[in-house]
Amino acid sequence: MYFMQFLLNGILIGGLYALLALGIVLVYKATRVFNFALGEMLALGAFILYTFMKVLHFPIWLALPCSVAVIMLIGLGIERCTLRPLIGQPILSAIMATLALSLMIRGAILFFWGSPIVSYPQRLMPARATVFGDIYLANELIWTFIVSLACFASLLLFFRFSKSGLFMRATAEGHDTAQATGINVEHVFAVTWAIAALVAGIGGIMLGNRFGIGVTTLPVMAIKAFPAVLFGGLESVTGAIVGGLVIGIIESLVGGYINPQLSEITPYIVLLMILLIRPEGLFGLRRIERI
Amino acid sequence: MYRPCGTFDQTYRQTMAIVRTRKHWVLTFLGLASLMAMPLFLSGRVLHFVNLVGISMIAAQGLNLLTGFAGQISLGQSAFMAVGAYSSAILTVHLHVPFYLAIPAASIIAGLVGVVFGAPSLRIKGFYLAMATLAAQFIIPWLVMNVRTDLTGGSSSMLVPSPRLGGLVLNTQQSIFYLIIPLACLTVFLVTNLTRSRIGRAFLSVRDNDLAAEMMGISLLRYKLLAFFICSLFAGLAGALWAYWMRAISPDQFNLMESIWFLGMIIVGGMGSVVGVAFGVVFIKLFDIVITLFSPSLTVFMSPQLAQDTAAGLSPFVFGLVILVFLILEPRGLAHRWEIAKAYFRLWPFKY
Repeated sequence: MYFMQFLLNGILIGGLYALLALGIVLVYKATRVFNFALGEMLALGAFILYTFMKVLHFPIWLALPCSVAVIMLIGLGIERCTLRPLIGQPILSAIMATLALSLMIRGAILFFWGSPIVSYPQRLMPARATVFGDIYLANELIWTFIVSLACFASLLLFFRFSKSGLFMRATAEGHDTAQATGINVEHVFAVTWAIAALVAGIGGIMLGNRFGIGVTTLPVMAIKAFPAVLFGGLESVTGAIVGGLVIGIIESLVGGYINPQLSEITPYIVLLMILLIRPEGLFGLRRIERI
Repeated sequence: MYRPCGTFDQTYRQTMAIVRTRKHWVLTFLGLASLMAMPLFLSGRVLHFVNLVGISMIAAQGLNLLTGFAGQISLGQSAFMAVGAYSSAILTVHLHVPFYLAIPAASIIAGLVGVVFGAPSLRIKGFYLAMATLAAQFIIPWLVMNVRTDLTGGSSSMLVPSPRLGGLVLNTQQSIFYLIIPLACLTVFLVTNLTRSRIGRAFLSVRDNDLAAEMMGISLLRYKLLAFFICSLFAGLAGALWAYWMRAISPDQFNLMESIWFLGMIIVGGMGSVVGVAFGVVFIKLFDIVITLFSPSLTVFMSPQLAQDTAAGLSPFVFGLVILVFLILEPRGLAHRWEIAKAYFRLWPFKY
């Protein structure tokens, strides 16, 4: 039953891609910026937790909220210093700003933590695999999947029921209209980036547990999540979930049945095909252009 | 174009001329002559830098045509360079084609590959297009590493023989300078002229609003693909020169980072300005050199391991910072500053 093994592995990894894709979709919906710096923010989150645990010797229940708070503050800072001055600039500025950010964060990580791959002094979750019949599933992946689900649920509730969530949905509809109804759009942007940083931080912490914390290991995962975003469509939260799962499953099946090497670029091949068939992604908005 | 008071053009020839006055001609010839005389005076290390600038200039000017003029975003410029580098290397090593045929062939191959990855631009734009070209950035090096590794050498480096012409072997920085720099000058000249032609104006209108451009009779199919073709053509030329210059190529020389550097160069220089991009290339490369020269001195202040990490982190950090500062404070780039400086000296001692 290799098929089930690959399928379940794909779903578990796909849950993580979906979480990362959600981080990108959130920022895109509200601010019309594609966050290419997500990968480096993941690594940053993992390194901050590592510092709290290893250097400051915080117990884990204290280290987790502290590092999440720090990464949220960093998200706020990023928004204030780099993206707010660029509101209204052409799309290339937004792309280059986040690419430049990713370089700066990478540089800062190399500065403070160097290039070796490290791991947490204490495991965040039991490392053994769970066995169902013939199927082995890494416990870390299961936990990651559960945490991703919890993040999804709480974010959806946040959008649905909180006031900030309502403002964010309104801003996503249109910046000018939202501003005209008295919403402080800049404030919404800040909240969005804080939430995106939170998502990235959680994702990074989980991934760091599984793949090791390094300036190269974690950004690679985000690069694989980018196609998931476009697969589902940039504006769609549902699309992020579906896209993440589909990309995860396809990658796992291709890696298992065809060629493990091929699985590295499978997401991008799928992406190119999707872009040719349905340019706006599966659930994305079809733009009507006016001159 | 901005002309000082009292300067009039009386014929179309005058209006179109790049080099306008006798002084201009003298300066142009002196500049070119001193450029060509550089290998006689400068050491190999400086020439290494000049050659690197020349190659980057070709690739960046190509990208500027695509991104600055035609408005299509490409994150795959260094992948197209890889296509050029590996095409010319395979042509030279396995088919024994002389370099003066291999370079144009490699450029055209890279151009065609660029058209393939640019084809989605007909239906998508903005972030979607950036992602499609990002796909090229991952797929092309992967193909090099995993398909026909007997030809490409896989992930290890592939050795390329120095170009030879009769008894002349271009195996030093001094000699290959005379291959790279004339081609770089030619590229700048061609790009300058292209942007003033029908094609260049079509690119500009596609950039400003592609729907409106199409309604005015500009074929988007032709001009978008043409933009991708020319951009990748220059990338392929740069890649082929890179292969002959480095004499050992490997897929990790053509990574995403390099593509971001090229975008950074055109942003720092000023998008849609040929002179600006020339400034941007020199500026970024100089910056890189300064950091590389500066970082060994860090060992004075800290332990060698720490200094090594700091030096490794310094380059991406500073580069990212430079791009951000230019994006926020001077989005029109060095080209704009250059215009201001020129106007100042032209009008001096008056303010305007």
